[in-house]
Amino acid sequence: MKVCRLAAVAAALSMLGFMHTALAEDAPKAITIATEGAYAPWNFTNADGKLDGLEIELANDLCARMKIKCTIIAQDWDGLIPSLKVGKFDVIMAGMFITAKRLETIDFTQPYAIDPGGFAVAKDSELGKLGVSTEKFKLDDEAASKAAIDKLKPLLKGKVVGVQAATTMLEFLKKYFGDTVEIREYKTTEQHDLDLAAGRIDAIFAQKTALAATLAKPEFSGFTLAGPGFVGGLFGAGTGAGLRKEDTKLKEMLNDAISAAIADGTIKRISEKWVKTDVTPVK
Amino acid sequence: MIDFAFFVEIIPTLLSGLPLTLQLAGSSIAIGFVLALLLALARQGNHWMLVRPIRSFVAVFRGTPLLVQIFLIYYGLGQFRPSLQAAGLWWLFREPYWCAIIALSLNTAAYGSEILRGAIQAVPRGLIEAASALGMSRFLTLRLVVLPLALRQAIPSYSNEIILMIKGTSLASIITLMEVTGIAQGLISQTYRAVEVFVAAGAIYLTINFTIISALNALETWLTPYRVRA
Amino acid sequence: MMDTLHILSLGKGGWGGALLLAAGVTFALSVLGFLLGAVFGAVAAGGRLSTRALPSWLAKGYGTVFRGVPDLLTIYLLYYGGSIALTQLGKFFGGAGFIGLPAFATGVLAIGIISGAYQAEVYRGAYLAVDLGQFEACKALGLSRFQSLRLVIVPQLMRHALPGLGNVWQLVLKDSALISVIGLVELMRQAQIGAGSMREPFVFYIAAGTLYFLIAAVTGSVFRYGEARAWRGIVHA
Repeated sequence: MKVCRLAAVAAALSMLGFMHTALAEDAPKAITIATEGAYAPWNFTNADGKLDGLEIELANDLCARMKIKCTIIAQDWDGLIPSLKVGKFDVIMAGMFITAKRLETIDFTQPYAIDPGGFAVAKDSELGKLGVSTEKFKLDDEAASKAAIDKLKPLLKGKVVGVQAATTMLEFLKKYFGDTVEIREYKTTEQHDLDLAAGRIDAIFAQKTALAATLAKPEFSGFTLAGPGFVGGLFGAGTGAGLRKEDTKLKEMLNDAISAAIADGTIKRISEKWVKTDVTPVK
Repeated sequence: MIDFAFFVEIIPTLLSGLPLTLQLAGSSIAIGFVLALLLALARQGNHWMLVRPIRSFVAVFRGTPLLVQIFLIYYGLGQFRPSLQAAGLWWLFREPYWCAIIALSLNTAAYGSEILRGAIQAVPRGLIEAASALGMSRFLTLRLVVLPLALRQAIPSYSNEIILMIKGTSLASIITLMEVTGIAQGLISQTYRAVEVFVAAGAIYLTINFTIISALNALETWLTPYRVRA
Repeated sequence: MMDTLHILSLGKGGWGGALLLAAGVTFALSVLGFLLGAVFGAVAAGGRLSTRALPSWLAKGYGTVFRGVPDLLTIYLLYYGGSIALTQLGKFFGGAGFIGLPAFATGVLAIGIISGAYQAEVYRGAYLAVDLGQFEACKALGLSRFQSLRLVIVPQLMRHALPGLGNVWQLVLKDSALISVIGLVELMRQAQIGAGSMREPFVFYIAAGTLYFLIAAVTGSVFRYGEARAWRGIVHA
């Protein structure tokens, strides 16, 4: 009798659409991957509501390699890690950097991309006149990166800089430019793009590939990437797939799939298609 | 189970957003009240040139979510920078702070004007006739008879509206203003302890609202001494 | 102008279909949340009217908390807290895996809890407005407690409750926009996605505002019709 009732409750729960996710120890047969769906060209939503972008194509490729069924869903950026922890989905692929701070809470695969953070500003601003630079500074190399940051500081003094909330980009700005600029936090990168175009803010700080995609649009013809890019340090090892610490088997499978996708040039091909540069992590 | 040390740690951080929350709420409640009173009085005139636009304004702001209004005023109007600059209004719409105050004030003005209109209509006709029999001018009647009675009558409904506005300020975090809710979201991204942070933030709002309700109840009792039972 | 029409068209590349679909989600979310709120509200009103201390105290606490805390916070709290609670419950029933509460269910629950706090006040006021003589008449007729509630009190109570419920419904409809923050693609979220993707915030938020306004206007007249029906045959004092 009691068993019957339990079964009925379980059936009712599953009918209501509650999701049971895979047990930690077994090799999963089906997983749910979450992305933000508002971070073009890494991941974004089309007019018909479909998710698309570099990470969507890569996720499908990795799943095919692992021979498991994947469902990809969109989730608000701030909700990604809390929701992963409570089990709403199994993997995060949302342009998320593998940082020491995040590693305290969740685990990551090896990086599948490395893409520096940089500024976008109006072409006629002081920083804008510096123009595009392909220089990359490793924050771990304190002397070199400090010199680069000190060169930028006077050009940004008192400016308002938009950045996505709860990101490593925000951490970076707070740590290195907190005393120089006024920081404004946005829910999505699309929103700070809108405000840069509207002239409410003087600059945005984001991943360079995402900025390049924004600046390619006609409304942004007056804006440019400026200054060098920054990697390493608090930006961590690059962009990886986030997962729960106990899902060790899944981590192993994803790492193998990523290694294979790096080795056969798939990541190079996909990233050149979506972000126009090769973001393959170099060992 | 409950980690008190964590609460002690986050509450001061959350409280650092309190001045902004109170500023947003205070300014928009004050501006909204003045607008609401003007609108309610204008509607007493029954002139269609005044009544129709006011009715549309009220219908639009009461019929759409505050979140849509905030987004429309902030991101929507941001698209029209050249026109706003030409009109000399861009300095106002440039700042998220003013956009939030504009949205909140207009929203509460729409609701408030309906509350005040009802309260003005509830003033007994005989009192107004008595005032005119005493030879009081329309303005004097308004100032000495209608408004004191109407405002007192409106206190219970208006205190609900004030609570809704305090709660409404939490939406300002969506347009980059770091008030209590915005700070709470930042804390969650640092600690990933959503439940504790939201419980602490909720307690702050409850305290504000409880204080306001108690103050307004006391005001109402003070203004209506004859209703107090011995 | 042509651009705007094209963006909002129902055809290929247009967002009209997506927005209408999202408006449907908003409507479904609001209706289910409102109905759930009616259950919570009725229970809480019963608690408030109880002569015993504990139910009355609990119901009062429920009303104070959920009318005093920003709805945005309640929604976030349920979204994150709900899944944790559900996982614990799942473990209790012997399940080992994580159980997540889907965004739609969270939204319905959040709106149910918030609107229940407001509906409780409406039901309580309406119950108190029913003439005491009606209760006495029920007793005189020998009706059971349940019979008198079902046949006499509730029909009259609804008459007094409908205007208040109409107000709560409007509140619910607007609160549903906040569910967008937890990622459910309802009308507001769809407008945000469109505004960001097409970089036309004005068009999308105006479109969303118009759809909310239409839903509010149409459902508002349904409430007015219901009110007229409930009072039919009775002359207002």
